[in-house]
Amino acid sequence: MKLITAIVKPHKLDEIKEALQAFGVQGLTVTEASGYGRQRGHTEVYRGAEYQVDLVPKIRIEVLVDDSDAEELIRVIVSAAATGKIGDGKVWSVPVDSVVRVRTGERGADAL
Amino acid sequence: MASAITTLAADAPTLSAANTGFMLICSALVMLMTPGLAFFYGGMVRVKSSLNMLMMSFISLGIVTILWVLYGFSLAFGTDSGSLIGWNSDYVGLSGIGITELWDGYTIPVYVFAVFQLMFAVITPALISGALADRVKFGAWVLFTALWVTVVYFPVAHWVWGAGGWLFELGVIDFAGGTAVHINAGAAALGVILVIGKRVGFKKDPMRPHSLPLVMLGAGLLWFGWFGFNAGSWLGNDDGVGAVMFVNTQVATAAAMLAWLAYEKLRHGSFTTLGAASGAVAGLVAITPAGGAVSPLGAIAVGAIAGLLCAMAVGLKYKFGYDDSLDVIGVHLVGGVVGSLLVGLFATGGVQSDVAGLFYGGGLEQLGKQAIGVFAVLAYSLVASALLAFLLDKTIGMRVSEDDEVAGIDQVEHAETAYDFSGAGGGAASRSTASPAPSVSKKVDA
Repeated sequence: MKLITAIVKPHKLDEIKEALQAFGVQGLTVTEASGYGRQRGHTEVYRGAEYQVDLVPKIRIEVLVDDSDAEELIRVIVSAAATGKIGDGKVWSVPVDSVVRVRTGERGADAL
Repeated sequence: MASAITTLAADAPTLSAANTGFMLICSALVMLMTPGLAFFYGGMVRVKSSLNMLMMSFISLGIVTILWVLYGFSLAFGTDSGSLIGWNSDYVGLSGIGITELWDGYTIPVYVFAVFQLMFAVITPALISGALADRVKFGAWVLFTALWVTVVYFPVAHWVWGAGGWLFELGVIDFAGGTAVHINAGAAALGVILVIGKRVGFKKDPMRPHSLPLVMLGAGLLWFGWFGFNAGSWLGNDDGVGAVMFVNTQVATAAAMLAWLAYEKLRHGSFTTLGAASGAVAGLVAITPAGGAVSPLGAIAVGAIAGLLCAMAVGLKYKFGYDDSLDVIGVHLVGGVVGSLLVGLFATGGVQSDVAGLFYGGGLEQLGKQAIGVFAVLAYSLVASALLAFLLDKTIGMRVSEDDEVAGIDQVEHAETAYDFSGAGGGAASRSTASPAPSVSKKVDA
């Protein structure tokens, strides 16, 4: 099993959710996040005073999937999240040792 | 028609129901400017001190109202003494004034004039508070407000508008408060911040406005209320001067907003919301002394010049290193000075008075008078306000402790926070606040 984590632009959340549902993903976790990448946020101007805003709002999406679906799912997320502009975010996956469904006690792939 | 009314008024003043109704509405409009100012300022500070900023304006409605009724009206508009101050025991507590009593030449009851002028007295100290954001003890501010209106505002209002006041007698034109209100408040702001110093983290920490929508709401309310402030200052509208003032208020404000926006687009690359709001206020300030003397085209010039100069002036605090937090000096002092001086150039001689400015066939005489008015009020307010702040700072202390300032003045001074963010993000967070949390308790008196 893999945990896929995507840090993306907030306004892309709905598109990514729809793409994941179409792919057959049953559930996901969404967290509000903030951070910066190479572009280092943006500049705002208030009465001529410039402020560098480093931490920009992002959405963190986490999905647990079977190993065989992982690569394809990353492609799905990337294609739904991409705008081609700076700050689109990142997607990565890490191996997961075990998963338990709290309600039933099912483990592994059955718990997804 | 107008002259007939004047003649009649000269014989025996008659109460005008129309003017009285108009002035009561204008008074209510001016009252609205103070909460409008509270929002204008409140949106410009950080979340942690937004309630304090709102309260520093709002409290003026409490303190100044009471002082005005007790003795302020008497000091400002009582019988002149030495051209510097007034006094009339009938005005103490507004106790000896008949409900239909009129002054010679006026068609509105003294009561109506008193309540209209009250609203000016209320907003003026509130204007100062913008320079003191985030760092002043609320109790000290309350005391400062009470002392300041007594020592500075009431006398200056008498100089400028009171019968026998020395600037009034000199012929200084201040239609609705460019010197008495805006220069007065702006110079006071400068005096106080020279004493109390900068916010912790000034020029280092980001101090972005926390809510520009609140700023826009406040600016909109100010603009709306300002029609009462300006158009009402002729105390009636039998001869149309108040209507010209209404038009000029709108025109100058529009021009100033556009000028400010054009300046910042060229200098900083964007048309900002804060720029639009600030430009509008700068225009309102500048037309306040001038609007009764200039034509609508002159009002465009006054507004545009003020918008441009104020936009340039607000950056000076970073250059000189004084922390005028919300640009009271850059907008109100500079705008007030610009508007007051431009009377000497753009007065047409055909509206409020027959005195013409330099561009309309007059000489430099009116400009000289305006300059005396500007600098007399500026100097007096600056020095007296700095002394008051110094006095309070040495006795009860003007500032909260550095730790409290960093943590946020709302919690320390008001035991409140402006927004509850604990519900944001849905279920988990709101559930945790609903459960009894040991760290939060409600104090109950036994």
